[in-house]
Amino acid sequence: MTKVLNGIAASDGIAAAKAYMLVQPDLSFEEKTIDNPDAEIERLSVAVETSKQELEVIKQKATENLGAEEAQVFEAHLTILSDPELFGQINDKIKNDKVNAEAALKSVTDMFIQMFEAMEDNAYMQERAGDIRDVTKRVMGHLLGVSIPNPALINEEVVIVAHDLTPSDTAQLDRNFVKGFITDIGGRTSHSAIMSRTLEIPAVVGSGNATSEISEGQMVIIDGLDGQALVEPTDEELEDYKARAKAFADQKAEWKLLKDAKSVTADGKEVKLAANIGTPKDVEGANDNGAEAVGLFRSEFLYMDASELPSEEDQFKAYKAAVEGMNGKQVVVRTMDIGGDKELPYLPLPEEQNPFLGYRAIRISLDRQDIFRTQLRALLRASHYGSLAIMFPMIATVQEFKDAKAIFEEEKAKLVADGVPVSDDIEVGMMMEVPAAAMVADKLAKYVDFFSIGTNDLIGYSMAADRGNEKISYLYQPYNPSILRLIKNTIEASHKEGKWTGMCGEMAGDQVAVPILLGLGLDEFSMSATSILKTRSLLKTLDSKKMEELADKAVNDCETADEVVELVNQYTK
Amino acid sequence: MEKKEFHVIAETGIHARPATLLVQAASKFNSDVTLEYNGKSVNLKSIMGVMSLGVGQNADVVISADGADEAEAIAAIEETMKKEGLAE
Repeated sequence: MTKVLNGIAASDGIAAAKAYMLVQPDLSFEEKTIDNPDAEIERLSVAVETSKQELEVIKQKATENLGAEEAQVFEAHLTILSDPELFGQINDKIKNDKVNAEAALKSVTDMFIQMFEAMEDNAYMQERAGDIRDVTKRVMGHLLGVSIPNPALINEEVVIVAHDLTPSDTAQLDRNFVKGFITDIGGRTSHSAIMSRTLEIPAVVGSGNATSEISEGQMVIIDGLDGQALVEPTDEELEDYKARAKAFADQKAEWKLLKDAKSVTADGKEVKLAANIGTPKDVEGANDNGAEAVGLFRSEFLYMDASELPSEEDQFKAYKAAVEGMNGKQVVVRTMDIGGDKELPYLPLPEEQNPFLGYRAIRISLDRQDIFRTQLRALLRASHYGSLAIMFPMIATVQEFKDAKAIFEEEKAKLVADGVPVSDDIEVGMMMEVPAAAMVADKLAKYVDFFSIGTNDLIGYSMAADRGNEKISYLYQPYNPSILRLIKNTIEASHKEGKWTGMCGEMAGDQVAVPILLGLGLDEFSMSATSILKTRSLLKTLDSKKMEELADKAVNDCETADEVVELVNQYTK
Repeated sequence: MEKKEFHVIAETGIHARPATLLVQAASKFNSDVTLEYNGKSVNLKSIMGVMSLGVGQNADVVISADGADEAEAIAAIEETMKKEGLAE
């Protein structure tokens, strides 16, 4: 019997391959007193040597498949394995305390891990603690004779099965061999899901029990369209999968034809379809998928991937690379959006009862102007190399926007006075994600060049519901008339002042929401790059006048989100 | 035995990438090489040892090498220190 696992569809597509279990083996052991320390030290030395040889191969593979940068972590692991201090202490412990190698290894490495982790102000040290932990696992595995998964060594087509995928896991995956993946936990916006869309690999996340229901080597079909996985499918099901995979590939090929086409409705109304990106590297995917702009460049990666505040020069390089890569098409950069659920180890923030309602985003920037001004200077300098726009996250009041804009103008004037080339038409706008701001959109519209609606936060704050809380997840209702009214208010306010409104949340690429948003007059839809062509294809079938009628009814007549969905179905069938 | 004093000028002190480079430089030699700071002394061939000292900006450290190639070791370390902008 075929086993069916249900989860959340994270990335479109269908794949079938053998399961590769990316799970940590049991590394528990018994602490023993030993008689022959020399034999124990020898056993440890063999395990270390084997680990070194393994890491050399992994490092080489990773360099070939993923590039020298991703392979650096393995170089760090090798340095630790050659550390005389660390292994000197372990050997001493075996000799003096007469304990087995496993116990000595754990006790000494734990001490170093704790020491490095205690150095709280230093992200680099914390990473080294992670490295020691990884190396210890590898050596421990060899001591115990159990195998540790080495995703970098995968050399046949597989489907990855994991509890969750961390950035360091995904960095090691070779997309030529990894055909799909399924995880126990996660949602559509978790790291693993975003990564699967970037890599364009079919994925199902949040299945609950994939790691216990699937075993190594079993055939698995990943259906990233319906959010299902079939374990040990029948021949018939495999045939059906092949037919559906082909139909999906055909459809994708058809969408590809729209890559250089305009985004235009059946009756000839043009809108802009843009991509959300996280790093300058993502520009390539945006261009490949026919993005007409970057509607959201999250600048957080510069802060999150660093061990200290990023310098003006480092930021400048990243922003410059992005605008140059887009070749004259607009790139909207959101200034630092730290706080809430995003923390920086080197910038400790006070503990808060409600971090999402606390010290975050523009609130930090206006308070810590040293950080904000550095970012603005880097952005201003990069503006010379293409079309750059800036937006401030979490603006709640008119005053906040005015203050932020004034700091921008000051830094701009300083650079101009110093003779640094700066573009003269940088649009400065704001994220519309606080309901209070949406209510005074008409006032804000006088000062901004554009609005960009961030739907996840706007919905969360409007419904007063944390979307991560499963008990109240029913309140995440993008189609609720209340949300649609806030969106309508924002778009209309911007148009009255001759400004424009974009949307950069999940909702902008949602196939049910697009007809309504079109009807409400949204100017720019910014989404995961891989959703752009599908949306361009959908737009071709929609009549803008009819969608205005739909939007009008949804906003004024509907009482519930379900009624809105029903209405969209009627209008788009 | 060869000894040399350094005044650390790097903003982040001796850790991260420069620390690894120092360890790699020291490891090329047969001599015993130690780093002394704040009354504590560690093996300069050990990344863990070096990082555990937490050498910050403006620290005064002493590096000693003892062995057949001690002079060359100190010279190589001095070169790395200067090239990486760690110390003067």
